[in-house]
Amino acid sequence: MYPPRFRYEAPRSIEEAIALLEEAGSEAKVLAGGQSLVPLLKLRFASPDLLVDINGLPGLDYHRVDADGTIRVGALCRHADLEHSALLKARQPTMAAAAPLVADPSVRNRGTLVGSLCHADPQGDWAAVVTALGGSVVALGPNGRRTIPMTEFVTGPFQNVLAYNEIAVEAVIPAPKGTSVGGYLKLERRVGDFATAGVAVALELSGATVSRAGLALTGVGSATINATDAAQSLVGKPLSAEAIAGAAELAGQAAKPRSDHRGTAAYKRHIIQTFVERILTRVQGEMA
Amino acid sequence: MTSLFEEIHEDAPADVPTRRVRITVNGEKRTVEVEPRLLLAHMLRQGLKLTGTHTGCDTTNCGACTVLFDGTPIKSCTMLAVQADGHEVTTVEGLAGPSELHPVQEGFKDEHGLQCGFCTPGMMLAAKALLDRNPDPTEEEVRWALSGNLCRCTGYQNIVKSVLWAAQKLRSQQAS
Repeated sequence: MYPPRFRYEAPRSIEEAIALLEEAGSEAKVLAGGQSLVPLLKLRFASPDLLVDINGLPGLDYHRVDADGTIRVGALCRHADLEHSALLKARQPTMAAAAPLVADPSVRNRGTLVGSLCHADPQGDWAAVVTALGGSVVALGPNGRRTIPMTEFVTGPFQNVLAYNEIAVEAVIPAPKGTSVGGYLKLERRVGDFATAGVAVALELSGATVSRAGLALTGVGSATINATDAAQSLVGKPLSAEAIAGAAELAGQAAKPRSDHRGTAAYKRHIIQTFVERILTRVQGEMA
Repeated sequence: MTSLFEEIHEDAPADVPTRRVRITVNGEKRTVEVEPRLLLAHMLRQGLKLTGTHTGCDTTNCGACTVLFDGTPIKSCTMLAVQADGHEVTTVEGLAGPSELHPVQEGFKDEHGLQCGFCTPGMMLAAKALLDRNPDPTEEEVRWALSGNLCRCTGYQNIVKSVLWAAQKLRSQQAS
């Protein structure tokens, strides 16, 4: 399969990249890891006039933590960087759990977290993780910089709020006020397949009490589902067996799965409940 | 210099801009003139005649087209040739020395790590990258590293054995 014809530019600065997007109008696409965009081009689901390859831009391949605990992931930080990150292992269990489950090893060597958020596939893993963590996306355009909460970033399947002349340069995970615990579980038919269902859980604890909870679902709706009722049900109390069962039940209700070749809607709902229970029960065990 | 339009059986109109790509393939510096939409896999196969890189699914699933990009396994059907400008690519043709097979190749031969052989180049490159960073992997680590490469013949048993065989051989070479 060959992609359709396009003009290709590999700018050397972010300003140059934005100017190229500005000049091309709405007919340009930004190329980072390319692990979703190149397949889309080959299938001719996308046919941009211009491809702006940002891989040559300096200083975007970082992931780091600020002094206050905020985690920042640059637009060229690959999934594999996050998979092998000592920083995430030490500080951010939900991200650390998700990184090795994204796609397959070769795809993880190229694909990026920020690109995955922009691609806005309802079956994308990072959107659920960043939603559960209350994160946001930083976009840069001709009028400067703006920060968009993840819950407002995606407008529909494969659609986001970025203007034609904006580039998503960073994902931001706010600093936790308590102790970060959580996890990510995904069911896939084989490595690299789209998720049958996935669950991201991100909690903060003050002592034994849950002080903040985020819970988001992958692949069981037309977009990532922010299961706020399930998350809220955990806040303000210890993580008891009863609280876990309640959150699992509410998460199952929040899922909007459809029956397809990966399983029936009832099966996927059951998987969601089971994954919520498994993650929370493990967290509970670690606390004890 | 290789121009690739005829190779993909589509003539580029005169007004289609091409780009010059300077790339090191298996240690050799090459310069190719490509249309930006050309995939790295096609440049290697049709342009540079390195047909050891196989295109299998063409949809980023199977890993038959795996090459090492600056030492890291990537799927060459999912990268544009222009993106390789200034980078180093290793294909299966770059594994063997002038007179002897690479231990990974020897392992696949000795442990019957292939049947039809279609997935083998990608498997071997993914395996080499693993052994470069982890000379003594567990079976689980081998399976994990190869999980982006599909084989429809062997059930993976002998592939995993082949990689472990190669790991041992490489370690004994280092020791001696």
